[in-house]
Amino acid sequence: MKVETNIPELIGKDVQRVDVQDKATGTAIFTDDVQFGRNLLYARIKRSPHPHALIKSIDTSKAEKLPGVKAVATGADFPKRIGLYLKDKHIFARDRVRYVGEPVAGVAAVSEEVAESALDLIDVEYEALPAIFHPHEAIKPDAILIHPDLGEYEVANFIFPKADTNISNHFKVRKGDPEKVWDACAAVVNRKYYIPHIQHVPLETHVAVAKVDRAGKVTLWSSSQSPFAQRDLIAKALGMSPGNIRVIANYVGGGFGCKAGLTMEALPIALALKAKGHPVKLRLTREEEFYTNFVRQALAIELKMGCDKDGNILALENTMYWDGGASTEYGVNITRAGGYSCTGPYDIPHVKADSYCVYTNNTIGGPYRGFGMSELHTGIEQCVDELAEAIGMDKVEFRLLNAVQDGDILATGMKMHPTGIKECIEKVAHAVEWGKPSEPCAPNKRRGKGIAAMWKAPAMPPNPGSSAIIKLNEDGTILLGVGGQEIGQGAFTVAAQIAAATLGVPYEPIRVIGPVDTDYSPYEWQTVASRLTWSMGNAVKEAALDTRRQIFEIVSQAWGEEAKDLEIIDGVVISKASEREIPLKDFAVYGIPKNNFEGWIGGPIYGRGKFMPNYVTGLDKDTGQGERAVVHYTTGAQAFEIEVDLDSGKIEIIHAVSAFDVGRAINPDLVRAQMEGGIVQGISSTIFEQMIFKDGQMQNPNFVDYRIATTMDLPKRIESIIVEVPQDDGPWGARGVGEHPMVPTIAAIANAIYDAVGIRMEGPPFTAEKIFTHLKMKDI
Amino acid sequence: MELIKIQVTVNGSKEILDVPPNLSLLNMLRENLALTGTKSGCEAGECGACTVLLEGEPVNSCMVLAVECSGLSVETIEGLSEKEAMKKLQNAFIDLNAIQCGFCTPGMLISAFALLKRNPDSSDEEIRMALLGNLCRCTGYERIIDAVKKAARN
Repeated sequence: MKVETNIPELIGKDVQRVDVQDKATGTAIFTDDVQFGRNLLYARIKRSPHPHALIKSIDTSKAEKLPGVKAVATGADFPKRIGLYLKDKHIFARDRVRYVGEPVAGVAAVSEEVAESALDLIDVEYEALPAIFHPHEAIKPDAILIHPDLGEYEVANFIFPKADTNISNHFKVRKGDPEKVWDACAAVVNRKYYIPHIQHVPLETHVAVAKVDRAGKVTLWSSSQSPFAQRDLIAKALGMSPGNIRVIANYVGGGFGCKAGLTMEALPIALALKAKGHPVKLRLTREEEFYTNFVRQALAIELKMGCDKDGNILALENTMYWDGGASTEYGVNITRAGGYSCTGPYDIPHVKADSYCVYTNNTIGGPYRGFGMSELHTGIEQCVDELAEAIGMDKVEFRLLNAVQDGDILATGMKMHPTGIKECIEKVAHAVEWGKPSEPCAPNKRRGKGIAAMWKAPAMPPNPGSSAIIKLNEDGTILLGVGGQEIGQGAFTVAAQIAAATLGVPYEPIRVIGPVDTDYSPYEWQTVASRLTWSMGNAVKEAALDTRRQIFEIVSQAWGEEAKDLEIIDGVVISKASEREIPLKDFAVYGIPKNNFEGWIGGPIYGRGKFMPNYVTGLDKDTGQGERAVVHYTTGAQAFEIEVDLDSGKIEIIHAVSAFDVGRAINPDLVRAQMEGGIVQGISSTIFEQMIFKDGQMQNPNFVDYRIATTMDLPKRIESIIVEVPQDDGPWGARGVGEHPMVPTIAAIANAIYDAVGIRMEGPPFTAEKIFTHLKMKDI
Repeated sequence: MELIKIQVTVNGSKEILDVPPNLSLLNMLRENLALTGTKSGCEAGECGACTVLLEGEPVNSCMVLAVECSGLSVETIEGLSEKEAMKKLQNAFIDLNAIQCGFCTPGMLISAFALLKRNPDSSDEEIRMALLGNLCRCTGYERIIDAVKKAARN
């Protein structure tokens, strides 16, 4: 495919977001804001207090008799397994519980208080089992099996579970032979890192409301990144047709991955099935949000990397143990992504990688902004730094020398497309005045600079589809329908820009049809993987082209002209041949009368478009080799200048710079907004965040003990640079950037800390306490 | 639970309500009055999403009981959106793309509104301090701080 070089004026323009007037005035409707009236029931969930136990019995009889209780449900009613890539979980635990917080029973009652009281009346008898909290323990041959039936689970054909073990996916890459080249290396580094669990922390906790009508049709209102995937997963879990389930997804108050797939949303449906006609609402408390849904799974990574005396990286051995938690239905694909992207953004001829997804009795790992890439790059980018230092080469030059380029054959055998990674590295280095030492502001402080590069591909099945519709109103304005979700990133705005630019109508009057509703909105796989601008964008463009075609058909027939001579400018159809013109409003719905009132031409106009990549191939199970592993890679880099306080260990970020190659920025200010939000979320995960567990129970499930960045934790200066090397099949070359800005952050800051004080730590968070302890150990 | 009759002025309208003694101001606004612009983020006074003005001062409405508000005046984003000073803030937030998912926005705007009323010439540091209790996971805060400065200038 050839990139379109004719760029309309609206592409690359910072138009006002379509959603902000409502969001600024408190009138934007989020799921918990939808009004259901007095018939509404409130659900609460009885959860496992054990990390691993057999359920011997559940007695709900007392709870059922409590006045005000309308429905009680347990796993006995829902035997089918659920899962996106591996069906390994149930709506409610059935024979055993596998993590603290796992749903065991649910109650729907007239108030939250009654529902909560009813939970206390449910008696569950457990038989505790030994529990496992680290992937290294879980892979031992004598480890207790967390999923003894793993071999029988239904699984996607690109995921490879190992029956009778705790390994739910093993992704291998074999390219060349690292063993043959270690001796030829001038420097080799061997390193181990551990990146702990963190939580997404959307400001809006998960909320879902389910209603089942007398005929058994289900309606679900949910705060969801994935209304269509959710509908499909629920249908399979309940043995229903997706056509009998309707999911309505209002604005999402922050997602970052945790509202993808299906997590708690099936619980209110289970209760609504037993209280037909009543809407049943389940809203997670902040505490539940922390450890009963998806979290970012932990990673234990072992790396061996070597280069020659000129700095060429020759070989990599990368072994990743992902702590997938009690269910890895989504997490298995993070393992796969970690596997095929195992080299980081570097051209390495000899690669051996093993990426293991491992069950533990920790909380469930799932998609988190970056989908494994932050964790992977935390290891890779520190090793790259160390190799450069070992051979005495500048760390920026070293990266430029090894960075992937157009035509490189990647570790999976895929051929790399054009990418702006070198430009990104150069620009961030230049911005922090790389190589130029700067003075700390006080004698007890040390300054340092660090850099890290990254890449990330959308991780998804080979065939995730997007679609879009455009309806013309009587006045020639348009309604745009998409199934992609607005989760804060600006997806609706970018979709409207693409539609207006393609069609030739003004942007401002466009209305994006919302909320996303599986009954009325066109299909979209999920709002994940930073894929919407690219994939949904292509569908919107095609819908707009289809709309144009219909418009031109009507006008060319009415005027007796050829469609190729027609153009639409600012909502007016113009003929380049005859110079005639007609505004869309004059015929958008009612058509154009023929001469002498001899009938009419046209009718309502309704454009449609779709996009689905059709070129992603499978990868060999034993070598990870295949012609095209992924659709594309977005690349980028970050550089930091920091100051470490020797008396406290506290780090202050002086300057934080991002550069990412987005192919084409449809709305540059929204791209920069993603870079800024991402880098601060990345900084937060680097300095503060860690879920602390004791015997599987999270110890810090609140904002006091699990601190996220506040207004007081910002870098003194944040800079965001856009690089544009177009993608051949993106709209005007665009590719996604939603997740990428927090991917290199941990590594870049770790490298800056090393530059400042010469210490490297096993993993984040780099708290003042941890840094101070390391400084003391080194007598600094 | 026995209900208690209270009279609260919400956005200038007198509301007479029968409420249970444990009802929070947040739930009174959202559940009893359907004023859903005030958001619930933690119900522990830690995130600021539920910030409203009580007698003109910003409070986390999840930490205040409805019965404590009897005889007092409460202003929410719905009511404050009619005020010029709030419109300036809203426009600045919109102009600078200081809004992403929008869930923290009403609380953030109200904390900023209270600050600028108290001190229209707030410094960077004072703005950061005033917004310290309002968490945002999307924007990285910088645009929010810039928007408050811009509104203060106008």
